Amino acid sequence: MANELILLDTWVSPFGMRVRIALREKGIKFEYKEEDLTNKSDLLLKMNPIHKKIPVLIHNGKPVRESGIIVQYVDEVWHDKAPLLPSEPYPRAQARFWADFVDKKIYDTGRKIWTTKGDEQKSATEEFIGYLKTLEAELGDKPYFGGEKLGYVDVTMIPFYSWFHAYEVSGNFSIESNCPKLMAWAKRCMQHESVSKTLPDPKKVYEFILQLKKRLGIE
Amino acid sequence: MANSNHGDVRLIGAWASPFVMRPRIALNIKSVKYEFIEEQFGSKSELLLKSNPVHKKIPILLHNDKPICESNIIVEYIDEVWSSGPSILPADAHDRAVARFWAAYVDEKWFPNLKGVITAANEEEKHAAVDELREVVVQMEGAYGETSKGEDFFGGDKIGLVDIAFGSMLGWARAIQVMAGVKLLDEEKTPGLVKWADKFSADPAVKDVLPEAEKLLEFSKLLSAKFKAAAASS
Repeated sequence: MANELILLDTWVSPFGMRVRIALREKGIKFEYKEEDLTNKSDLLLKMNPIHKKIPVLIHNGKPVRESGIIVQYVDEVWHDKAPLLPSEPYPRAQARFWADFVDKKIYDTGRKIWTTKGDEQKSATEEFIGYLKTLEAELGDKPYFGGEKLGYVDVTMIPFYSWFHAYEVSGNFSIESNCPKLMAWAKRCMQHESVSKTLPDPKKVYEFILQLKKRLGIE
Repeated sequence: MANSNHGDVRLIGAWASPFVMRPRIALNIKSVKYEFIEEQFGSKSELLLKSNPVHKKIPILLHNDKPICESNIIVEYIDEVWSSGPSILPADAHDRAVARFWAAYVDEKWFPNLKGVITAANEEEKHAAVDELREVVVQMEGAYGETSKGEDFFGGDKIGLVDIAFGSMLGWARAIQVMAGVKLLDEEKTPGLVKWADKFSADPAVKDVLPEAEKLLEFSKLLSAKFKAAAASS
C-alpha cells in the first residue's frame, strides 16, 4: 500500500518544524499543506476536532496529533532510517524528559517575552535564559543532545533557534552572550539539511510576531 | 520473580497524588515489587531534590538508583523494561499515538481544572472549573467508545496508558463530586465511563493504590489552606 503522508502545518510554527525535520532526516516524502490559522481548513477541523491545532500528520488517512507524539510515531514507523530516540529504555526516558522540559518551558516563557513589557518582560527574559542554561548543562560536552547524532531532543528544541532573534529584539538581550554553548549547538544543527531547509529566516519570524502583535492588539 | 532480573526499584511519592498512582499501577500490572518512599506533605526530602533537581516533583522512579521523572514517561519506561509482563502501550504505532494523545489531554485539560475546583476563590471560579471538567468527560466518553473497541478498558481487554492516566484521577473526581455537589460521571451522559470506572477501580492492580474519596476530602482541606497561604504570600 502506498504511504500517503500529508502534513497540516504553518511555516512559522516551531512545533510543525519538529515534524518536518524528522521527516526530512529520514528522507520521507510528504505533502505539505500550509494552514491559515485565522481561517482553518475543513480538513484540519476534521482531523483535529479537539484542539484544532497544527501540526497534524495524516498517514494513509489517519491523523496523528501533537508534535512530540508525531515525531515519536514517525520514529517508530520509519525506525530503520536515522533513528531519533535511543533504543534503550533509560536513555529513551531521559530523551522524553528533556523534550517534555522544552515543551513545558520554552514556548510559553518565550511568548511572554514578546507579549509583555517592563518588569514582566524582564522576569520572563531571566526565566527564559535560566531554562536555556539548564539545557546547556544537560548538553554538556556532547555535540548533540542525542550524543553523536541529532536526536529527539535536538529536533524538539532546534526550531526555537529561528525564534531567538525575535525573542532577543523584543526583550533586548543576547542569547549568544548568555548561552554560547547552546548557540554553538544550534549552528551545528543548522549544518544538517533537514534543519536548514526547515527553519525559516529569523527576520521573517520577527516580522511575523510584529504582525501578530498588531492583530492581537498588543503594543 | 519479576524483580530479580531487573534490580532495585524504589518510588518516591505521596499517597494522595494521582500522578504517583500511575507508576504504582504500572508496577502492579507487571508484578514488580518496589519500595514506596512517602514524602511528607509540605516539605521535600533531600532524596527528592537530588533525584529531580529540574522540577523538584513526585513521582520519581529510582531504578538501580537511576532516576526517571514525569509520570507518563515513567509508565512508558516501566512498560519497556518489564516487557515480559502485560503490555501497557498498544502494539500498533497509530494506536500508540492515539493513547499518548489522550494521556496528554488528561494532563492538559482535566488536571488543571480538577485543581481549579479545590483552589477556587469563589463559587463562580468553582463552577467555571466544573464546566470545563464536564466538557473533558464528554470527550473522554467518546475516546473510550473508540479505543476500547467494545472491551472494558481504553486499552481494550486490559488496562492501558489512558486507563492509567485518567483512572488515576478517579479518587479525586469522586471527591470533587462531593465537594462541588455535582456529578461528573453520569449514567445518562457517560454510561461507558461509569462502567469503566467501576471495573478500573476494582482491578487488582488498582484497588490498593486508589485512595478513598473521604480521605481525599479531608486532605483537600489541607491543600486548599496551603494554596490560599501561597497565594496570599505571592
